Amino acid sequence: MSTAFEHPTYNYKVVRQFSIMTVVWGIVGMALGVILAAQLVWPELNLGLPWTSFGRLRPLHTNAVIFAFGGSALFATSYYVVQRTCQVRLISDKLAAFTFWGYQAVILCAVATLPLGLTEVKEYAELEWPIDILLAVVWVSYAIVFLGTVKIRKTSHIYVANWFFAAFILTVAVLHIVNSAAIPVTATYSISLYSGAIDAMVQWWYGHNAVGFFLTAGFLGMMYYFVPKQAERPVYSYRLSIVHFWALIMVYMWAGPHHLHYTALPNWAQSLGMVMSIILLAPSWGGMINGMMTLSGAWHKLRTDPTLRFLVVALSFYGMSTFEGPMMAVKTVNALSHYTDWTIGHVHAGALGWVAMITIGSMYHLIPRLFGQSEMYSVKLVAVHFWLATIGTVLYIAAMWVNGILQGLMWRAINADGTLMYTFVETVEASGPGYIVRLIGGLFWVTGMLIMAVNVAMTVKGSAKSGAPLPQTA
Amino acid sequence: MNTLWGDALSGFWSAWIIVITLGTIGFAFWLLWANRKTDKRPDADGTVETTGHTADGIAEYDNPLPRWWFQLYVATVIFSLGYLVLYPGLGNFAGVLGWSQEGQWEKEVAQAEQRFTPIFEKYQEIPVPELIKDAEAMQIAERIFLNNCAICHGSNAKGGYGFPNLTDTDWLYGGEPEHIVATIENGRNGLMPSWQQLGADNIENLTQHVLSLSGQAEDAERADKGGAVFGSVCAACHSPDGTGNQALGAPNLTDETWLYQAPGQSLADSIRQTLRNGRNGHMPAQAAYIGEERVHLVAAYVYSLSQPAQ
Repeated sequence: MSTAFEHPTYNYKVVRQFSIMTVVWGIVGMALGVILAAQLVWPELNLGLPWTSFGRLRPLHTNAVIFAFGGSALFATSYYVVQRTCQVRLISDKLAAFTFWGYQAVILCAVATLPLGLTEVKEYAELEWPIDILLAVVWVSYAIVFLGTVKIRKTSHIYVANWFFAAFILTVAVLHIVNSAAIPVTATYSISLYSGAIDAMVQWWYGHNAVGFFLTAGFLGMMYYFVPKQAERPVYSYRLSIVHFWALIMVYMWAGPHHLHYTALPNWAQSLGMVMSIILLAPSWGGMINGMMTLSGAWHKLRTDPTLRFLVVALSFYGMSTFEGPMMAVKTVNALSHYTDWTIGHVHAGALGWVAMITIGSMYHLIPRLFGQSEMYSVKLVAVHFWLATIGTVLYIAAMWVNGILQGLMWRAINADGTLMYTFVETVEASGPGYIVRLIGGLFWVTGMLIMAVNVAMTVKGSAKSGAPLPQTA
Repeated sequence: MNTLWGDALSGFWSAWIIVITLGTIGFAFWLLWANRKTDKRPDADGTVETTGHTADGIAEYDNPLPRWWFQLYVATVIFSLGYLVLYPGLGNFAGVLGWSQEGQWEKEVAQAEQRFTPIFEKYQEIPVPELIKDAEAMQIAERIFLNNCAICHGSNAKGGYGFPNLTDTDWLYGGEPEHIVATIENGRNGLMPSWQQLGADNIENLTQHVLSLSGQAEDAERADKGGAVFGSVCAACHSPDGTGNQALGAPNLTDETWLYQAPGQSLADSIRQTLRNGRNGHMPAQAAYIGEERVHLVAAYVYSLSQPAQ
């Protein structure tokens, strides 16, 4: 890439690298999701091979979308935002470059090992111990680069986006190191340090906080910069930021046991998981309100700006899924929803509707600026992507709601004699149409991502041609 | 660790949980309360002052917390405290309602027993050959079968690789009602030992001999040689003529019904595999799970499957 892009003050190189990989991993991760959705409709697509079977591709899909796509987006935006809002270059270019190459190496290790069936069998923490150690080293380096840059800032205040990024980085370090603690047996096999119900509790303390800090706090950091920036409006309420930030990070820590309702987990732990999940509703919505209300006085921009539309619809899905989450954590609701497709729908309302939408909106703001352009190569294509993503998400989650409630009701239906009304295989059969709709939703998403890739490639190409120096705004 | 993780906690851990739980809820509430007022409200003509600091051009208003949001927050805190009074959550405090998931389960099971037992007791006294003529009983029995047995034996009860077909007249342990009841009630363990120690040559001879029992030998000479080994080794369970022994669950080898022929595997290969590695068939005991009354009904259903249409 041409040196013409080099910003006089800031390190944009690492931001560009992570941004491009965000698009690449987005396509890979979502394409894997489409293959898995198709396997649930046509099981023959397992191909009869162990490494292409559902059980091995599924963790690859979740790792690719959460950690490769979402993670690269968080690295890119946090490095960009921390420099712009602290008015200072990253504390170390070398360490930042190490986080890029190290993190990509972790992802490539995941791509190599998960299809081979090498796994610690903890959901969202499948990677084996040598990769876990590499990730821990990369993550601690990330914390040093980010927090070090905040420390040398030239501004008096630490901007709210950086609070969220900092909380996300620190907490994920703690979560990853504690949950991945294991006794190595061979280079590719280890045994968890915990056992039984304690192992399950540690895993879901990690699992739910991966949602709370990786997929919520991190992306709220993104939201707090790109929404006011794209809308060109002040943030609605500093006070609301303070209240919902501290409440969010304090209470999220407790919500994990709601993944283990009606299990061997003691009654008291289950109850605490449930009540804290309910208290979490208002702090979660604080972020949505702050984002949405920032747009007051700028709503008309939605008509012409598809990037802003991405950001606003992301906030809507965020509000919806953070209402759905506490509701599903209520034991009586959970008794129906648990183990059904409703859970998968809920996750994707968050992952597609919130995480991916806010990421894509931010990338459409960021990428032209990183490559010395005033806007994306084609704003029309951004609009097309917006509709594909929105319709795809709605199809996906609606199909999973229908399937989930159907499964939950069929599983508990009994005859007058007390026998179960349906066999398990009948509930699988009944889920078929929903699986097809979900597959269509996924195809909408992958198509949108491919359009994005073209648009990004043309934007990068256009900048290489013009060789325009970066706009030197402070 | 048990004292930390059981339902009955030691005094210290109980107190610890209570303190940090109420501390967290208290902090969350204090945070809200302490920030309920702002000195930067919109003035008379609606203009709002920002906080004064900007970040990369982003200014911040300091609008008050939305009232409905404030109330929602307070409501969730009140709900949660109320829940922790009624239900277990605060350490060893069991909650005013005395609820537990184990208690709820036991209560629901007891209610179900009370409601449904008379239905099943009604059929308990009817002998199996009679019971299969009762359409309603067979409907109930089929549901029990589909939800408990079909996972191995298939929805159509025709079995699969390693799982016996229940619709034919070939029985490993006998097909009379009392045999079927015994199989379901207490389970079965079918063990065919490995005969690797006989050597590859003998295993090949035995394979051909077993094939010959149903007229399918590929090599008559080897089948003949295998006969002698069969007589000294296999006949003890499978009987000298290879027709098996239901008292032991030793299969009849003459009837062309093969339990362990994997899909795509040749018959000769499956027999070689059985001889080399042995087989271990396991039918789990069901009495403890579904109770004697349901065993009786489902036994009648299984019995009915191989009876000629009435």
